Amino acid sequence: MPTKKNNDDRSSGRDELRSRLRESATYPREVIAEIQRAAETGIYDIRGWGAKRKVPNFDDLLFLGASMSRYPLEGYREKCTTSVTLGTRFASKPIELKIPITVAGMSFGALSGPAKEALGRGASAAGTSTTTGDGGMTPEERENSNILVYQLLPSRYGMNPDDLRRADAIEVVVGQGAKPGGGGMLLGQKISERVAGMRDLPEGIDQRSACRHPDWTGPDDLAIKIQELREITNWEKPIYIKIGAARTYYDTALAVKAGADVVVLDGMQGGTAATQDVFIEHVGIPTLPALRQAVEALQELDMHRKVQLIVSGGIRSGADVAKALAMGADAVSVGVAALIALGDNSPQFESDYNELGSSAGFYDDWHEGLDPSGISTQDEELAARFDPVLGGRRLANYLNVLTLETQTLARANGKSHVHNLEPEDLVALTIEASAMAGVPLAGTDWIPGKNNF
Amino acid sequence: MDINYDLAVGTTRELNQKLNAAATKDADVSFRVLNPKGAHTLAVGMTSNISVDIQGHVGYYCGGMNQNAHIKVLGNAGPAVAENMMSGRVTVSGSVSHYAGASAHGGLLVVQGDSSSRCGISLKGANIVVQGSVGHMSAFMAQSGSMVVCGDAGDALGDSLYEAKLYVRGNVASLGTDCVEKTLLDEHKREIDGLLERAGVTGADASEFRRFGSARKLYNFDVDNADAY
Ligand SMILES: Cc1cc2nc3c(=O)[nH]c(=O)nc-3n(C[C@H](O)[C@H](O)[C@H](O)COP(=O)(O)O)c2cc1C
Repeated sequence: MPTKKNNDDRSSGRDELRSRLRESATYPREVIAEIQRAAETGIYDIRGWGAKRKVPNFDDLLFLGASMSRYPLEGYREKCTTSVTLGTRFASKPIELKIPITVAGMSFGALSGPAKEALGRGASAAGTSTTTGDGGMTPEERENSNILVYQLLPSRYGMNPDDLRRADAIEVVVGQGAKPGGGGMLLGQKISERVAGMRDLPEGIDQRSACRHPDWTGPDDLAIKIQELREITNWEKPIYIKIGAARTYYDTALAVKAGADVVVLDGMQGGTAATQDVFIEHVGIPTLPALRQAVEALQELDMHRKVQLIVSGGIRSGADVAKALAMGADAVSVGVAALIALGDNSPQFESDYNELGSSAGFYDDWHEGLDPSGISTQDEELAARFDPVLGGRRLANYLNVLTLETQTLARANGKSHVHNLEPEDLVALTIEASAMAGVPLAGTDWIPGKNNF
Repeated sequence: MDINYDLAVGTTRELNQKLNAAATKDADVSFRVLNPKGAHTLAVGMTSNISVDIQGHVGYYCGGMNQNAHIKVLGNAGPAVAENMMSGRVTVSGSVSHYAGASAHGGLLVVQGDSSSRCGISLKGANIVVQGSVGHMSAFMAQSGSMVVCGDAGDALGDSLYEAKLYVRGNVASLGTDCVEKTLLDEHKREIDGLLERAGVTGADASEFRRFGSARKLYNFDVDNADAY
């Protein structure tokens, strides 16, 4: 046993050593760890969550607020409405949301049945929609979501015309921000009997979903595909097209051309249940510039506000929501933040996270099916830890806070509807964000790239 | 009850509405569709066991997501005929373009001519009988169900196949990743016979077919198979 004195000696020695150690900027510890991991396993790293690198985002923008030249609205008295109508272009039954925040598509398979139920409960309580995912529609979700968007994905797992007709809207998934151009993955640990049955696959296999749709290739085909979906659902349902942020200006224009009622744009920070780390971190562009490009494309086609735009990828707070709306989005959608609201990465499970070699706030191995919070798992024991009623209430609380924050910012800028927020209300803190968002650098009238300089 | 619908004067929208309205009223309805002239999305989303005879060529997605109906195309069909069919039957007297029967979950698709590439892509339980040949990448990622090809198969048959069963009578240009030939047992001959009979194909003997299926080597990721991905 070392004595106390020895201990002190050792730690002061270590401090001295540390101050002489220099970490390489090219090979910081996490890079070294990844090289070691790769050498050990021979396979790329797969994980959930979204990009962890720092990219210009909504934090780099500020609202100007009101003063002499603009007047604000009274915080608790004057109305600031938040409702959104989606699908006004072609659908005979557009969707009415009470708030401009929706819950993004997350598959049953990636998430447990009770977690899907909780998303439905929370969204319904807050007056908004949830979205199915790769793996089909579960009865839990249909029963608990007042407004449910049904995804048509390349894999077509569980796709059927009855669910199409049961849905309130249809979302054709072309891509996801976390992996534009990539297909889905669900590893064997999570292919339970029920998940396998819904996907027509053997139990326990690693399931790779296709990255391209099986029955159309380009936007001209997609226009006909959408016509088919409309015929099958009697031209009632809004049809969304979801794209990962890549060549966003053109992709948005092509989505409009293909006949979308709504474009869902997912930036590179967007979450995923399971994707190669290299894909998450290195493909696609951030939400900020993608949103600007999408709005520009819609405006040039005279389709802004006629084809609605939902943006996702790193939306965390009412500030993010308000800034996205000010830049021209009609609504936003949340994935990772919704899971955190349900209880994912909660400090309550710290010792379980530690056992998995992680910690609350860092846990991203959702693909392994061992989620201590019982949310991203198909293990019945783990899933039973999660209470869908409580989870639903937490999600509703979170969505309500986002809405209140958004209204606070809208009123501060004198807006009686959150959609009246506009780019003129915004400035950028950095030159990068200014160029990407197309709003001036604070205190200047300079937007890099505009007016030839 | 027999009803004629002429697409030279009507529209696809009206036709599909009439088909579905008839379906909800009376299952014993026979529709004859005239002058399709390659129109897309004809007879999609049918729900009851009406029969629809389409007298001519059709475009994309004919019979898409079919449930119960018996749809016959007297001509050729464009891409993704009977895509995601759930049940019932779609028969094409001529040849079909790519993606025929894509992700179909049930029912029977019969192609009396040839099929272009990716026939039965992502198949999820339906049966497909092709009297002629199928193009490259047919049964790509096919999960379940059976495909009987009386002629030849193009390159990369059954690439990344799951549990679907493939039977080919003629020549197979090449097999896709993880697709292998398997022994044709009596149970398979019985299945082929049954499907040929239901498809109305005569003159083909089940024992002339070869059977292909998944080697199941890609079911769980293995570093040593990295070249195959
Ligand atoms: C666990 C999980 C599962 C997901 N599953 C799907 C899916 O099945 N289909 C899809 O289009 N997107 C899927 N996504 C992406 C989300 O729909 C959304 O684009 C993304 O989460 C938004 O970014 P955010 O997480 O930063 O809010 C998933 C995301 C997560 C976190």
